[in-house]
Amino acid sequence: MKEFLFLFRGGDAKEIQHSPDKFKAHMDKWMVWMSELANKKQFVSAQPLTDTGMQITGTKKIISDGPYLEGKEYVGGYLVCLAESYDSALDIAKGCPILDFDDGVVEIRAIKEAE
Amino acid sequence: MVSVLTKIFGIENLETAEDVVQQTFLSAIENWTVKGIPDSPSNWLFMVARNKAIDVIRKNKHSVSYDFSDNERVLLTSEYTLASTMENLWKEELIKDDMLRMMFASCQPGISSENQITLILKTLCGFSTAEIARTLLTTQDTISKRLYRTREYFRENKVKLEIPSVAELKERTNAVLNSIYLLFNEGYNSSKSEQLIRKDLMTEALMLCKLLIDNNHTQLPEAFALMALMCFHAARSESRLTQEGDIILLQYQDRTKWDFAMIELGNCYMSKAASGSEISPYHLEAAIAFEHCIAKDFNSTNWERILELYTWLCQFWPSPICELNRIVAVMQVSGAEKALESLQQIPEKEKLKTFYLYHSLLGEISLRLNRFVEAKSYFETARGLTNSEGEKQVLQNKIASFPK
Repeated sequence: MKEFLFLFRGGDAKEIQHSPDKFKAHMDKWMVWMSELANKKQFVSAQPLTDTGMQITGTKKIISDGPYLEGKEYVGGYLVCLAESYDSALDIAKGCPILDFDDGVVEIRAIKEAE
Repeated sequence: MVSVLTKIFGIENLETAEDVVQQTFLSAIENWTVKGIPDSPSNWLFMVARNKAIDVIRKNKHSVSYDFSDNERVLLTSEYTLASTMENLWKEELIKDDMLRMMFASCQPGISSENQITLILKTLCGFSTAEIARTLLTTQDTISKRLYRTREYFRENKVKLEIPSVAELKERTNAVLNSIYLLFNEGYNSSKSEQLIRKDLMTEALMLCKLLIDNNHTQLPEAFALMALMCFHAARSESRLTQEGDIILLQYQDRTKWDFAMIELGNCYMSKAASGSEISPYHLEAAIAFEHCIAKDFNSTNWERILELYTWLCQFWPSPICELNRIVAVMQVSGAEKALESLQQIPEKEKLKTFYLYHSLLGEISLRLNRFVEAKSYFETARGLTNSEGEKQVLQNKIASFPK
C-alpha cells in the first residue's frame, strides 16, 4: 500500500449551508465515505481548511495574506489514505462527496518516497 | 455516561471520562440555577458531555496517551467526521452495550473483587467517592487509592473495552456475575453499613444483571439463574426488618408482605435459566430461594427438597456457608441430634470457627436439645464475631429469651 494525498478544491458548500438539513445530509456522506476507508484500514488523516490563509514567499520571505483565489481554486481540505495504485486511489476518490458539485475537484497525488 | 466516554477516550483515560462527567454536572448546576431546569434534563446533559468530549479530543488529538487506531476512533481525529462520529457514539441503543463492555473490563481476573465493586459503583452506578466509602464502610482515601490502582492496571495492561469472544465468554461472565452477586449481597445483608438492607445496591445489582440478560450475546443460563435468585431474595426484603430496622427471622416474617409480582418475575427468569444443559450454583441457590418463596409458612416449607438442593450445592461447589446452611436444613428435616452429628462430620471444620454462623448454629442446636448453658456460650461467641449491629441484636435477644 502506498500513501496518497487527496486535495479537495471547489465544491463550494455555500449553496447548501443555508439549509441545515441539506448541510447535515451532505456531511453524513463524508462520514459514510470516510468510515468505509477507516473500516478498510486505509484512512490516515483528513482535515477541512478555512478559506483564510497567509503566504510567505522566497528568500526575501515576503509575507502576504491569503491565496485570494477563486472559490473553486483554493484547497478546501485534504485527506491522506492508503491505496495499492493510482487506479485504486481513483476508485476511492470517485466516492468523494465533493463530486456532488459540478465544480468539485479531487486532486490525487502519490506521496513520493525519498530515494 | 462514564461508559460512553470511556469508549471514546479509551479505558486508559478513565479519569478524563470521570472529569468530563463531573464538569458536565457542574455546568448543569450553574446553568439550571440561573435558567431553570431544561425540558429534557438528560438530553441536555448528554449534549453538554458530548461537546466537552469534542473539546477533549481536539486537545488530545496528537497526545501519545490517546489511542485512535481503531476504525471508529480514527474518525474522531478528522474535523470532517468528529461531530458525526461523536453523535453516533452516544446513540441510546449503544449505551447499554457500552455499560456491558465496562462491566467486563472492570471484572478482569487481575483486579481484586473489592476493586471491581468499587469501580462498578463509580463508573456504572454513578456513586461518588464519598458514597462508595460510606457504602463499603471505609475511608474516601482508600476508595481513591483503589480507583487509582485499577486505572493503573488498565493502563499497564492495555485493557480494551470489549465484550469477550465466545471462547472466553463463560469464564468472563462468571466473574461479572460474581461481582454482581457480591454487590447484591452487600445490599441484601450489608456486612458493613449500619443499615442492614440497602435497597439501592440491590436495585443496581438487578439493573446490571438485566444488562447481561438483555444482550443476545451475554444471556447465558447462569445469568438468568442469578437474576431469578436476586428476584426471589428481593421479593422478601420488605418482611425482613421491623419498622425500627431490627431483623425479623424467617420463622416470624409476615409472608403477606412479600412481593409476589417479583416472585413471579423470578419464576420467568428461572424458566429461561433452565434452557441449557449445565447447572450453576446460582441455579441451585435460586431453586432453594424459590422453595422458601412458595412455602405458606415456616413449618410447611419443603425442607426435604431444600436439604437435597443444599447437598448438591455442597457436593459441587463446597463452601463453609453452604455446609452450614445444609446443617440448618438437616435440623429442620431430622432434628437437632442429627444436625449436631452432621456438623461434626464437616471436613475441615476448623476453618468454620471464624464464622459467626457456625457458633450461632451450634447455639441453636444446643437450644433445641435444651442445653442452655452451652447455647448461651455459643451465642455469645457468635455475637463477638459479627460486625453487624442487627445480627448482634438478634443473638442478644436469643440469649435473653432463655428460660432461667
